[in-house]
Amino acid sequence: MADQETLPTLNIDVPDDPEYQKQVTVPVSVGNQVWRRFRRHPGAVAGVLVFTILALASISAFLSPYPVNESNMGIRLQAPSGFHIMGTDALGRDLLTRALYGGRISLSVGLIVVGIALAIGVPIGALAGYYGGRIDSMLMRFTDVFLSLPAFLVVILLGAIISEGSLPFLKGNSVWTIGFVIGILSWMTFARLVRAAFLTIRELDYVTASRGLGSSDLRIIIRHVLPNSIGPVIVEATLEMGYAIVQESGLSFLGFGIQPPTPSWGNLLTNAQENFTKYPWLAIFPGLMIFLSIISVNYIGDGLRDAFDPYKVLETVGEYT
Amino acid sequence: MIIYIMRRIFQTIGLLFLLSILLFGLVNLAPGGPLAGQGQSRHISPEKAAILKRQFGLDKPLPLQYIIWLAGNDWMRVDKNGDGSPDSFGTRKGILRGDFGFSFRTRRPVLDEINLRVPNTLYLMSITMGIALAIAIPIGILSATRQYSFFDLFATTFSFAGQALPEFWLGLLMILIFYAWLKNPLTGDSLFPSGGIASTEGFVLADRINHLVLPVATGALGWIAWYSRFLRSSILEILPLDYMRTARAKGLPERLVLYRHALRNALIPVVTLIALDLPYIFTGAVFIETIFAWPGMGRLYYQAAVDRDYPLLLAVLIIGAAFIILSNLIADVLYAYLDPRVRYE
Repeated sequence: MADQETLPTLNIDVPDDPEYQKQVTVPVSVGNQVWRRFRRHPGAVAGVLVFTILALASISAFLSPYPVNESNMGIRLQAPSGFHIMGTDALGRDLLTRALYGGRISLSVGLIVVGIALAIGVPIGALAGYYGGRIDSMLMRFTDVFLSLPAFLVVILLGAIISEGSLPFLKGNSVWTIGFVIGILSWMTFARLVRAAFLTIRELDYVTASRGLGSSDLRIIIRHVLPNSIGPVIVEATLEMGYAIVQESGLSFLGFGIQPPTPSWGNLLTNAQENFTKYPWLAIFPGLMIFLSIISVNYIGDGLRDAFDPYKVLETVGEYT
Repeated sequence: MIIYIMRRIFQTIGLLFLLSILLFGLVNLAPGGPLAGQGQSRHISPEKAAILKRQFGLDKPLPLQYIIWLAGNDWMRVDKNGDGSPDSFGTRKGILRGDFGFSFRTRRPVLDEINLRVPNTLYLMSITMGIALAIAIPIGILSATRQYSFFDLFATTFSFAGQALPEFWLGLLMILIFYAWLKNPLTGDSLFPSGGIASTEGFVLADRINHLVLPVATGALGWIAWYSRFLRSSILEILPLDYMRTARAKGLPERLVLYRHALRNALIPVVTLIALDLPYIFTGAVFIETIFAWPGMGRLYYQAAVDRDYPLLLAVLIIGAAFIILSNLIADVLYAYLDPRVRYE
């Protein structure tokens, strides 16, 4: 891999003749190849753009001239205007500011969920797939137990329990606890994906070769098998981010997630519910943020799936890698 | 096949057993035990709380509580008046004998509460799913047979959008548009009611349908997006296969090739997907039922979570999990039955 990257890639003199181009094989790194396929997917590129804007805006929410939580009854329930692009809520707080701060919450919960799901799912799948036999069947039964849970209902239960008081290590309904609760119920797909990939890859010659050279199991798993099964995991991680955002905002919408006055896209919608037929902007904008973040993440995931799939035929002429 | 099913049922029992331990443990994670919420919200004195605890059997060690929950307590003496000494035999039969205990809030048997709500959820969800399929299947077929056409582009974009629309936002938008903004030009009333099953006594068909429109539309959209996209890719996988060429080569009309050869096989994974979605018909849609004030299972569960009504929550979770396991079994069996290439031993 390292050798390939140092080879000249694009500065080879390739004539414009497409027939000739088909015959030439230019070595390109996997990452490079994936990127070239990815940027051909218009939805995915748009997704990256929208998601980046959302994330950057949320990160720079502190630049807003308006306070997040302090009420200002003089300007309550104002319709969207040049001063308050998304209007103001029942306590006179600028909705855009609150939606951006909510974005911080929702996006960080998403990241935490993906992190926890990867941290649980990948090792379980790797051990099950690499060793097989009794370890495999035990770990997969364990996975089945979690797959048989009505996941969102359990998330609601846990959210309700947590808001009751604090558990050891988990205090109240913070970003971390909500991320933890959703995360421990989201790792099963990763376990299955990694296991399936490991089952195939562990039989390949280069794994045998590495074992013959005396590599330990851990080294084989981390150096040789895991990097080659990473494609579907990355795709799933992207999509999981979207599911996590829906679950967090849904949980907060029901009142078992992030608690006001800390804004989250979900609890902004709960707030709106009382009077949204009269003040529709309260319901429209926070939901729009959720919608945009999920659709962009889904398009990115779709683009990555196509990019990682070596059998996917790209229609555009000129692909000569 | 019979042996396979028997083995799966055997595994299912083990799985349910593990799940029951897990869920029971989860509910008892609640700080201060399952009665904590009650104590806070109703300002019960510590003495009263202790009596309640003894009456509900919450003073016993967890493993014993689990056994009582599972198998009942009519074989042991319990402390019925809560004075600290066991006085009479218990009356609980345990979930193994169909006794899920009493709801903390209403003090009625949990199963009665569930039985009251299940028909409403079945009614809403089966109609939602039926309508979703009736729309999704044609969309999937058209979009696959005219790949990259304008319709296909529209359908796939719609599908992406539909999957990214959270139900709780879509529900609010539906109410905003069809209840608050759009009015019936003749009467000036709202186009559709914003919640409930019916607004008249007795059964009036038009009124029932009116109340169904918004919740069904909200619930169906996600399913339409999901199923149509799935069917599209399922058909696209089959179109280039050899037997399709054979069918065309032997002179079958395109319509037959498509419907008899392609669609039948493409629907197999869709059927198993539907089987996997069946648990929702029982557990309902929490968001739709809370937004549209629909007295079904989802709303019951939400209310139980608000009230910290743990016996009720536990019952819905266990029955829901049983439905999920069952529907997995159905999906696998259906798959083997419909696709002769799949064989289990």
